[in-house]
Amino acid sequence: MAQTERRDAPELPDFSLLKRLARDQLIFLLEQLPGKKDLFIDADLMSPLDRIANVTILKQHEVDKLYKVELKPIVSSSDQLCFLIRPRIQTVKWISEVVNSDKAAGRFRRYKIIFTPQKFYACETVLEEQGVYGDVTTDEWNFYILPLDDDILSLELPEFFRDNFLEGDQRWVTTGGSALNLLQSVYGSFSKIYGIGRCAKMVYESWRELMEEGEQRTRQPEFAKVFLIDRDVDFVTPLCSQVVYEGLVDDIFRIKCGSVEFGPDVTSSDKSIKVMLNSQDKVFNEIRNEHFSNVFGFLSQKAKNLQTAYDKRRGMDIQQMKAFVADELKGLKQEHRLLSLHIGASESMMKKKTKQDFQELLKTEHSLLEGFEIRECITCIEEHINRQVSMIESLRLLCLLSITENGLLSKDYRSLKAQFLQSYGIEHLLTFANLKQLGLLEEQQAGETLTVMESKVGKLVNDKTAGKLTDAFSSLAKKSNFRALSKKLTLVPKSGEEYDLRVPRDMAYIFSGAYIPLSCKLIEQVLERDGWTGLEEVSRMLNGQEFAVTGGSSSSEARTKTDAQRIVLVMFLGGCTFSEISALRFLGKERGCRFIVLTTAITNSARLLEALLDNHP
Amino acid sequence: MAFVTANWNPLGEAFYRKIELYEMGWNLKDGLRECLVAAAPYGGPIALLKGRIRRSPSARPQLEIYSSSGLPLASFPWKSGVVKQLGWTVTDDLLCVQEDGTVLVYDLFGGFKRHFSMGNEVSQSQVLDTKIFHSPYGTGVAILTGALRFTLAANIDDIKLRRLPEVPGLQGAPSCWAVLTQDRQCKVLVANESQLFILDNTACTPVTPPGLSPEASSIVQMCVSFSYKYLALITDSGHVWMGTSNLKEKLSEVDTKIKTPPKQMAWCRRPKSQQPSAVVMWDGLLLVVGESKETIKYHLDDESILVPELDGVRIISGTHHELLQEVPGACEEIFKIASMAPGALLLEAHKEYEKESQKADEYLREIKEQSLLSEAVRQCVEAAGHEHEPETQKTLLRAASFGKCFLSNFPPEQFVSMCRDLRVLNAVRDYTVGIPLTHTQFKQMTLQVLIDRLVYRKLYPLAIEVCRYLKTPEYQGVSRVLKHWACYKVQQKEESDEVIAKAVSVKLADAAGISYSEIATKAYESGRTELAIKLLEFEPRSGEQVPLLLKMKKSPLALSKAIESGDTDLVYTVVMYLKNELNRGDFFMMLRNQPVALSLYRQFCKHQEQDTLKDLFNQDDDHEELGNFYVKASYKEKRLEARIALLQSAVDEYYKAKNEFSAKATEDEMRLLRFQRKLEEEKGEPLVGFPLHETMTMLLSVGLHKHAEQLYKDFRVPDKRFWWLKLKALAEKEDWEELEKFAKSKKSPIGYLPFVEVCIKHHNKYEAKKYVSKVTPEQKVKAHLAVGDVEGAAEAAIERRSESEISTVLSRCSSTTDHLLVERLNRAKATAAKK
Repeated sequence: MAQTERRDAPELPDFSLLKRLARDQLIFLLEQLPGKKDLFIDADLMSPLDRIANVTILKQHEVDKLYKVELKPIVSSSDQLCFLIRPRIQTVKWISEVVNSDKAAGRFRRYKIIFTPQKFYACETVLEEQGVYGDVTTDEWNFYILPLDDDILSLELPEFFRDNFLEGDQRWVTTGGSALNLLQSVYGSFSKIYGIGRCAKMVYESWRELMEEGEQRTRQPEFAKVFLIDRDVDFVTPLCSQVVYEGLVDDIFRIKCGSVEFGPDVTSSDKSIKVMLNSQDKVFNEIRNEHFSNVFGFLSQKAKNLQTAYDKRRGMDIQQMKAFVADELKGLKQEHRLLSLHIGASESMMKKKTKQDFQELLKTEHSLLEGFEIRECITCIEEHINRQVSMIESLRLLCLLSITENGLLSKDYRSLKAQFLQSYGIEHLLTFANLKQLGLLEEQQAGETLTVMESKVGKLVNDKTAGKLTDAFSSLAKKSNFRALSKKLTLVPKSGEEYDLRVPRDMAYIFSGAYIPLSCKLIEQVLERDGWTGLEEVSRMLNGQEFAVTGGSSSSEARTKTDAQRIVLVMFLGGCTFSEISALRFLGKERGCRFIVLTTAITNSARLLEALLDNHP
Repeated sequence: MAFVTANWNPLGEAFYRKIELYEMGWNLKDGLRECLVAAAPYGGPIALLKGRIRRSPSARPQLEIYSSSGLPLASFPWKSGVVKQLGWTVTDDLLCVQEDGTVLVYDLFGGFKRHFSMGNEVSQSQVLDTKIFHSPYGTGVAILTGALRFTLAANIDDIKLRRLPEVPGLQGAPSCWAVLTQDRQCKVLVANESQLFILDNTACTPVTPPGLSPEASSIVQMCVSFSYKYLALITDSGHVWMGTSNLKEKLSEVDTKIKTPPKQMAWCRRPKSQQPSAVVMWDGLLLVVGESKETIKYHLDDESILVPELDGVRIISGTHHELLQEVPGACEEIFKIASMAPGALLLEAHKEYEKESQKADEYLREIKEQSLLSEAVRQCVEAAGHEHEPETQKTLLRAASFGKCFLSNFPPEQFVSMCRDLRVLNAVRDYTVGIPLTHTQFKQMTLQVLIDRLVYRKLYPLAIEVCRYLKTPEYQGVSRVLKHWACYKVQQKEESDEVIAKAVSVKLADAAGISYSEIATKAYESGRTELAIKLLEFEPRSGEQVPLLLKMKKSPLALSKAIESGDTDLVYTVVMYLKNELNRGDFFMMLRNQPVALSLYRQFCKHQEQDTLKDLFNQDDDHEELGNFYVKASYKEKRLEARIALLQSAVDEYYKAKNEFSAKATEDEMRLLRFQRKLEEEKGEPLVGFPLHETMTMLLSVGLHKHAEQLYKDFRVPDKRFWWLKLKALAEKEDWEELEKFAKSKKSPIGYLPFVEVCIKHHNKYEAKKYVSKVTPEQKVKAHLAVGDVEGAAEAAIERRSESEISTVLSRCSSTTDHLLVERLNRAKATAAKK
């Protein structure tokens, strides 16, 4: 299962080009404001910026001091202030205040706002309303895509999820379209586009409009297929606990912009270490997609190998020793360092993981996915809330329960909600309102229990009357239908069978063999069928909005079985988890193709739910 | 053909020719006498103001506009003030400068466009004289006022009036003056008798033309060349002085021996001229002066005007339109009598060839021997461009084509493009079009501008033909013309909206890059809103539709179009516009029907206008959201009373929304807050704002068990929760005594295993053991193991005969454990397994 890729796995395109493009544009923009200047950067832009242009480069272009945007009065002696921000009303308002207070103090400075990835009219309106429109110049830094790894591209827009799905604010749709357009203009056009979800459709439309405006370029495409998927098509997957190494690291230590900070308990020293987690890290690259239970074995084997490599020294003569020191030692040392870090991390995770709580949680989760012993699960969740184990975990289980069971019974819903409020405060009324709006946590309408519905569906399937079926499903619109989907797509393997996690047979391994992620299963099915034919029921259960379009490049060209045909770009709108990426990597290996993930941000259950809390406006 | 040189006149080294362009199509009774005439350069239109001298109150002067060939374009009686000067802008608009300094702008067809003033000072002291000139910045107007001061605007599209400094010693009108552009600045050159001054923005500098003949006592006329590089003066002694306009160099001086002041004088140059030359006009006489002592004299039958061009001078009289120019080098080489230039020989060779004479070969051989054949072809092609007669052009091109046959790799581009250019030029020179452009002018003006001019003259079909013929990219060519056509079409009042919309869409259907919104804007500007909306339907880009719809006050349509586009920014633009435009009620009503816009606006309000958000929910009777709003507001509020008041509002709203659950929860919160405050005041513990659970924990941890119990009862806290909570709180405090009391108070709803576990967590094995016995049989094993009592666990497991439990215990057995126990366990396991 180690990373011995099939020989014909296609080469991935070189995404460092995107970084270079972004850097060049940023430098150009900075030079538009000649002379020394202080640069204020939005906090969440700092890490992405660092991946594009480090401090040295900024200093070369006459950036004097760097500040984080903190929405507080500023202390800066520079005559030129440059703000590098996301187009958020709040930040723009703050800048207006800065400008106005300078004006009141009779101080003259030059101000420049660089919005990234684009500016919004709303922001300009704020500048206008605050009376500083004439005092600042604005620009756009079209930094749409940050390559996090060889196969992960991110828009680094965590707010996409909340803005788009909860607030109904579609402003980022055009950003998605522009990102695709950028990829297309750099790497060639796509031959086939699939998608599902309302937002996916809008992104596609916006992209198509951009394509029509721009000039058509005919060049050999570097990846040919695109799959767009909305996060709200599949909420189950991101709500499950991650048990694949990379996902688990993210759940426990939080990977930020491709790097993670291991605390003292991992490094076994008194300081934290920041580590980049990507394919450059050889140790990590080999374990990132492994189920956690295999990681330890692998690491100890690795340690043994390392020891053997070190041991080679014995019995070497001077000459050999010299060569060893020059060629191998550095690599070994590096590997040694990484290995000890990952072992430390695994230990730390193991401690948390093997705790009884975690095991029980996992058990509850699997029961929910399989759909039995629901009563016990509810009791378990209730206890979890009562004992105030973890707010986010409680919410996560509540949501999983609601989605898999198609909403909670009124009685359960009320009692659990009351318990939750008692534990964590009344302001979570708003959290519940948000969860309800998204369909993550709902109260069942009276008389529509799961069993009733299931029998209804069952009967109709027996009748085999397609027409009636349509009616039945449309009446179920906005319901999650998880159970039915799971049956249709066999997402949950039959229980009782042994699942050898060392030799995974399908994508379910990323959840200990308990569940195949719906999102990835959909992608697999659609690619296999080259469209949605045969998946009509499934897409109906997912509220439709699916599409499959043949792209601009000529069909004859598309037919040729080039490497590009076997590279698939998957765009997650609203974020994707590392587990999903692992699943896709596995799928790619099985099918001899490669997946590139383009996501609005990397997410996990905690991030997803935190975005829906309403206690920090 | 043989007479190509018939109209040539030699002057010094060069020849001059006068070509007839048109016989004028107009029918002017008095010719150009007593008319104010202005003709635009580059073969532009001609404007006449007739009958302005006899000013009987009843008779109004007549303004007429003609093409260069004399075809009428417009005619109307002049009703405004006294016109001092007519002139054309670079974009073929007519400027009429009135006595009071007002300038009226008309289009080519006499349609009034706008007017502007040259300033108060001008209107007070009246216009004495005015000149309209073309500068790199556009068209300018210079005025000499009655107060003998100059006012100047360098670009009438961006008027910045400049009043120039005073000219010292100027008593009456200057003898002559001209406008120059030098060093990116417009200057005025004034002659006061024999003195010459240059006026710029800041100063008036006296200058002297180098080598001006001393006999002169006054400069009576001056003119600046088309390029502003050269200056010509004529003095009262009849001397014509020519030099550079910076007055640093003299080029020549010629004595005309005519002492009367001329009517007009103009430079007659061309790019790569052989000599400087000017044309001076008196009544009935036209004189070309150059470097030599000689001059060329032409007799004029009729009152005429001179129109300087880039490469010559056009002479317009009542009956004819002629072009006077220096014969271009290539033409001279070819047609000069007895010329042995390669081009001339090639032409000759071709002539012989046509006659099927072997002499053709001799001529060709002669050229080829000097290896000048490609030069010959080039000459013929170039000369063809300079010839006006299609027959001559053809002859030359045929000769060139003939010569080309004997060249192996002569690049064809020059020949091909010349053929194309000439075809276009001949088409626009046609009498009915009347744009007598020379090839040189055409190249200078560019095809783009020519098409613009055709469009401006509404010659759409010709413009499209030209575009297609020259294969201009559609976006700049055909589409652009069609757009102009459509803009014109929508202004035709007599046709119905449907007819026009249909006509436009049919014609424009397959043209690329058409902006329907521009056409629609035109329609709207001419008052046809309905038509504009119809046209906008054809616009594929919503981004282009929306601004115009807003301008037309079609806000609902604009909003839905913006939403359709999926471009949030656009929606935002509309929403913000509507917010300022409509009253609040209407605005909210409109948003209500557009959920996308509404959610956007909500987002905005959340950050900018909290109160508006409330109003918004109010308007919609969205009590649920209002409730949420108050709850949110409450936890931003520091003062308790205000907080409770807000929560009360939330409760009211939740009830209205029939959300009893939320209402109850909120009421509970209010009760809790009041309770917390009371207790805070009594006991001094900071409690306000904590959730119920937290509050109870805190109360227990400070030993206020009674109060905790009260909360437990009042808020109907589930037993399990309370037991967990109390258990943890007491253990945390390590109040083991109280814990024991609690454990005994009644039967634990959570069982006693948690007691054991919590004690162990706090490292108190002794206390933990107390509870082991109370644990239910199912959990006994676990409990024993938790306190580390393997034997106890073994007993329990064996008693329960549970295989899995026995295994668990076994796994905990270490080498130090009693052997007997292990054996017993194994035996029990075997029996259990058998069962």
